[in-house]
Amino acid sequence: MSTGTTKLDVVVSDVVPVNDLVTRFHFRRRDGELLPTFSGGAHVVVEMRDGERTRLNPYSLMGSPLDTREYTISVRRDDVGRGGSLFMHRSVKPGLEMVISYPVNLFSLDLRAKKHLMLAGGIGITPFMAQTAQLAGEGGNFELHYTCRTASLGTYADVLRERYDRRVRLYHDDRDERIDLDRLLSTQPLGTHLYVCGPAGMINWVRDRAAALGWPLEAVHFEHFAAPQPGLPFDVTLAVSGKTIRVGSQQSLLEAIEAAGVDPPYLCRGGVCGQCETNVVSYDGKFVHNDHWLSEEDHRSGCKIMPCVSRFEGKSLVLER
Amino acid sequence: MAAKSIISRPVYGTLSPQPGKHHLFIADAEGALAISEMAAKAPAGFFDGAEIVFIPGPDGKHIAALESLRPAQFHQAPSFASLLPRLKQTLSNAHMGLRLYLSGTEGLIGQAMQVALEAGVDHTSMQTEHRGSLARRMQCVHCKGITENVTTQPATCSHCGLLLLVRDHYSRRLAAFQGVCINAEDRGEIPPMEEAFP
Repeated sequence: MSTGTTKLDVVVSDVVPVNDLVTRFHFRRRDGELLPTFSGGAHVVVEMRDGERTRLNPYSLMGSPLDTREYTISVRRDDVGRGGSLFMHRSVKPGLEMVISYPVNLFSLDLRAKKHLMLAGGIGITPFMAQTAQLAGEGGNFELHYTCRTASLGTYADVLRERYDRRVRLYHDDRDERIDLDRLLSTQPLGTHLYVCGPAGMINWVRDRAAALGWPLEAVHFEHFAAPQPGLPFDVTLAVSGKTIRVGSQQSLLEAIEAAGVDPPYLCRGGVCGQCETNVVSYDGKFVHNDHWLSEEDHRSGCKIMPCVSRFEGKSLVLER
Repeated sequence: MAAKSIISRPVYGTLSPQPGKHHLFIADAEGALAISEMAAKAPAGFFDGAEIVFIPGPDGKHIAALESLRPAQFHQAPSFASLLPRLKQTLSNAHMGLRLYLSGTEGLIGQAMQVALEAGVDHTSMQTEHRGSLARRMQCVHCKGITENVTTQPATCSHCGLLLLVRDHYSRRLAAFQGVCINAEDRGEIPPMEEAFP
């Protein structure tokens, strides 16, 4: 169990292929009770017992927050990834008992907004499935712009169009359709909040244009689940627990620490929430910081690291933990 | 700049040019100086997309200085109440990208912020700079009446006449500090009145 997260014993109640890349998974509580309530944009961390290895991946809840009989997530298969999504696609079947974390929301709606403008890219649509359901239930004012590679890979595009009609606008890469972003951002009424979830390039593009066009930071929300990047293996010493461990090339520092029996705090496992921030005691080498949490100054100082996504190259590294 | 005491007490900054094309300045009296000083740091063409709404003080100073910045629009008003309809109209027609700059007395900053909050602007995204008098806009917590330009501690409610302790407890919704009866137990007890907010 990790600080800030409590776990839920669930059973996979359904597995539904959505398209060539995406599969949807439904979870219910094993004791038959209702699941904890959540708000649109929340995610859960799914534990996968993959042989010797425990994988922990975060996925956005995409069902309606108004229905907590089950949780649903959608997983995009990544054939060249680290294996979590492949495990979900290949090994998770209805009836399997699994453990997931309580929901955590690092991408919540700002309900003071007069209007919610949502921009999704690819599988980045999942948090908006829950957010739009939440807003539709409350009569909220929203507009969703969704870019996908092809119509057949437009996950849930048909569902969204059916539910919300013209409040949903689709853009297909193969038809050279592109969001006229500057125009879109410049014509929103005062009091609009912007939400973006998708590939890093899309998030950066939207944030940069919004800032340049005078959108205050407070009105721009984004979520990016960065998978830990592979790299060279390295050794790390944990000063408090007195352990020296090896971090494999396909393993994150956080995963290696967990495998060594230490129980560090985490929430997002994507370098954005700050929960796993760790002090560096000493080092000889260079950090490969992949997080969006620490400031550039923190990165340069060599005093802190986010073990969920960041790595190290060099002779020695001693962390507090 | 006012000192921070309790958490609701507003803290002001220094105006600085924000990115974007549309800028709305609302200022009174010496708040004009904050705009002029910021203008020195602003990029060329910054005021081409700017509107300045100004309430001069009784001395009528700083009008020429603001006009010399050549904003796209310059509007002068005798009081905040008189510019309110125009301000509401401007904000209801505005798009995201409009940046707000409020400078001058706390009463002006607070009331302009109150209107902008209703239009959906986050209070932390507004640039503010306190200049000039420390006079407070005060709500009597007993009769709910608002008394403008309170400079003394305690202060008399202009509606119900109670003698009030002017607290640092501030309401963004009302754009006013809270005034609480200072001699509720014994009305005959009259503490000395001091000029606390000159």
